[in-house]
Amino acid sequence: MSNWEILWLERDQFIAGFISTLEIFGLSISAAFVIGCGMLYILEGARPRLEVPLRIFVDSMRMLPFLILVYLLYYGLPSFGIRLNAWWAGVGALAVYHGCYFAEIFRGVRQTFPPGQVEAARAYGFNTGKMFLRLILPQIIMRSRPLIGNQLIYALKDTAFLVIITVRELTAAANSLSGTYFIPTEAFIVVIGCYWLVSMIMEIIIKQCGRFSAKRGFDNV
Amino acid sequence: MNASAWSMLLEGAWVTLWISGVSIAIGVVAGLLLALVRLARIPIIDQILVLYISLARATPLVTLTLFIFLSAPNFGIQLDRNLAGILALTINTTAFNAEIWRSAFGNFSREQREAAMSMGMTPWVTFRRIMFPQLMITSLPGLVNEMSFLIKGSPAIAVIGIVDLTRVTNRISAVTYEPLPPILVACALYMAIIGCLVWLQRIAEHRANRLAE
Repeated sequence: MSNWEILWLERDQFIAGFISTLEIFGLSISAAFVIGCGMLYILEGARPRLEVPLRIFVDSMRMLPFLILVYLLYYGLPSFGIRLNAWWAGVGALAVYHGCYFAEIFRGVRQTFPPGQVEAARAYGFNTGKMFLRLILPQIIMRSRPLIGNQLIYALKDTAFLVIITVRELTAAANSLSGTYFIPTEAFIVVIGCYWLVSMIMEIIIKQCGRFSAKRGFDNV
Repeated sequence: MNASAWSMLLEGAWVTLWISGVSIAIGVVAGLLLALVRLARIPIIDQILVLYISLARATPLVTLTLFIFLSAPNFGIQLDRNLAGILALTINTTAFNAEIWRSAFGNFSREQREAAMSMGMTPWVTFRRIMFPQLMITSLPGLVNEMSFLIKGSPAIAVIGIVDLTRVTNRISAVTYEPLPPILVACALYMAIIGCLVWLQRIAEHRANRLAE
C-alpha cells in the first residue's frame, strides 16, 4: 500500500481537521471584525475617555506574537479563576488579536477621509451612531479591502499555532497522522495544499469585492 | 520568579533573537536575489518562483516547520532542530521580502536608468551605484515590517522543541506552578525587541533622508 493510499483511507481525519480549522477561522474572524468595528467606533469619539487606553491596548497587541496571547489566555487566565478550554482560548485569542489589527487598518483608512463628509453628515442631523453605520463604516470596509484580505490570510495562518495548545485542527491532523504512519511528507503536502486553497479562494473573493466596490462608486471619492 | 527563572527567560529571548536574526539576514539577501531573478523573466524559473512565493505566503509557519523537520529524514537529510527552525523561517520570510524588493524595483524611475545608460554605465554599475542605494531606502519600511512579522511568527519553532522565549514560559511554570509571571515577562521582552526594531527603523530612515538631501 502506497503512502498516498494510507492518506486516502484516513481522509476523515483530514476532513475533520479542515472543517475544524474553517470553523475556528470563520468564528474568530467574524468576532474580530465586530471587535475592530467597535474599537473604530470608540476611536471615532463616541467614548472619549476610552480612547487613550484603547490606543495603548491596540499598539501593545501589535507588538506581541500571537502565540504569547494564546498562552496568556490558556495558561495565564486560570490564575484568575477563569478556565477556558483550548478551543475557546484559541478562538478568543484570534478574535482579540486580529480585532486589534482590523482596528488599526480601519483607523489608517479613516484618516484619509476628507473631514467635509462628517461635517455634511452632522449638518443633515446624523448622530454619531447613524453616521458611523451608514456613512463611515461602509466606505472604510470597501476601501481597506486589500489590507483586510492580507489580514485574513495572516489570521488563517495563525490558526495553525493552536496545534501547540492541543486544538484538533488541520495541522494537528497531519501531525498525528505522520506520527502514526511515518508519512510526514505526504501528510503535510496535503495540508499545505488545503491552506493554499483557502487563501486562494479568499483572494478571489476580495477581487470580486473590488468589482462590486467599483460598480457602487466607492473607489472614486 | 527567582534568579534561575530570569536567566532561563533571557536565554529564551537570546534563542528567539539569534534564530530570527539569522533568518532575517539570509531572507533579506535571498529575497533580493529572487527579485532580481524574477526581473530577468527566465521562462520556467519565473513560474516556479511565482508558485513558491504564492505557496510560502499561504503556508502557516507552524505547518512549514513541522513539515521540514519531520520529512527531512525521508529525503536522507539529518536536520538539527535549530537548522530546521532557521530554514522554515527563512523560506517564509524570503517570499515576503522578494515581493517587497520587487515592488521597489517596479516603482524605480525609468528616467534615472536611461540617464545611467546614456552615461555609459553597465547594468551592474547602474544597479550598484544608482539603483541599490535608493532601493534600500524605499524598501526599508516594508523590510522592517516583515522583520517584525518574522519575530512575531518565530514562536512557531517551539513546535519542534526549540526552547524559545515563548516555550521557556512553560518550562518555568512547570517548576513554579505560576504560569502568569513568566508569560508577562516574555510579553515585555517581545515588546522590547519589536519596539527596538521600530526605533532602529526610525533612526535609519532619518539618516537616509539626510543622505538623500
